[in-house]
Amino acid sequence: MPEIAFKCAPVDKSGIAALDKSRAAPHSRVMPHDDPDHPHTLLPPDPALRVKALETILTRKGLVDPAALDAIIDTYEHKIGPRNGAHVVAKAWSDAGFRAALLEDATAAVSDLGYFGRQGEHIVAAENTPEVHNMVVCTLCSCYPWPLLGVPPGWYKSDAYRARAVRAPRAVLAEFGVTLPEETAVRVWDSTAEVRYLVIPRRPAGTEGWSETALMDLVTRDSMIGTGLALAPEQTAS
Amino acid sequence: MSGAPEPVFNEPWHAQVFALTVHLHEAGHFDWPDWARRFGATLERHGLHKDLDGGDDYFTAWIETLEALLAGLDLAQADQVAAVKADWEAAYLGTPHGEPVTLAGYSSTSSTSD
Repeated sequence: MPEIAFKCAPVDKSGIAALDKSRAAPHSRVMPHDDPDHPHTLLPPDPALRVKALETILTRKGLVDPAALDAIIDTYEHKIGPRNGAHVVAKAWSDAGFRAALLEDATAAVSDLGYFGRQGEHIVAAENTPEVHNMVVCTLCSCYPWPLLGVPPGWYKSDAYRARAVRAPRAVLAEFGVTLPEETAVRVWDSTAEVRYLVIPRRPAGTEGWSETALMDLVTRDSMIGTGLALAPEQTAS
Repeated sequence: MSGAPEPVFNEPWHAQVFALTVHLHEAGHFDWPDWARRFGATLERHGLHKDLDGGDDYFTAWIETLEALLAGLDLAQADQVAAVKADWEAAYLGTPHGEPVTLAGYSSTSSTSD
């Protein structure tokens, strides 16, 4: 039987005990332990225990390797993120052949750069122009181009965004600080488990001759969801 | 609703349930469109009662979907999950602060569905 251990965060035991003792008796009942000299570990929230239970059962059945779970978390926390998408966008801005390939078959073009969907999904690139601004939502749940942008931000998963992006895209854009000219149409793409969209923002003026690496710094996460624009050169001056 | 930097996962359990689902999918236990349909249905049901903010409520819906899916696949039944969850609770309450919480010596046959 493998031993399954979860380390809890270090807490200053003596500090808690001292605090407990310093309080009047009626207050001590709110402390999460019964004996201040031997405090037990704080109980995690209910959903955390439900996840632990699932993980424990599946690990015991040999269906889950806890090390593999840690690797997945590490990948999404540290290795996969909007820098991948920014790489794709910057390359599209500076390499006409790549741009054409990306618009033709984004799944193949980004896999040539080493970005693969873990769920076998297709990626479609939607390029902004003076006539059309593209914006992405998932009205079903939270489908998102993980390999290029990582895990979606909280607002992308909220009912407020999911419901209103389709109904009132210009109002949502205004809340993100984006105001488009009247003549620019807004096209909203509804993602699915099978098809995820990457917005290719317009290349900012004044960036002629910039290297791909320099261009990447102008490409924000939101600009690739369509709730933002690529930064102007003066916005990145540090 | 701005693009300020934020952690990828706000709570450790958000990351755990996400990784568990991705791992099980990659092992071939279900396909992703099926997962997305089930998850979307749970979100829709939860969203009837209040506006979901995409944080804890989002991952609570995620867990509920995963629990139902795993019960349907006979990989983890509800009574089994409840029993192991109770064991974890007991382990936490019985472990001195600062020490690793373990289920060492636990016999999986204590659940009712073996």
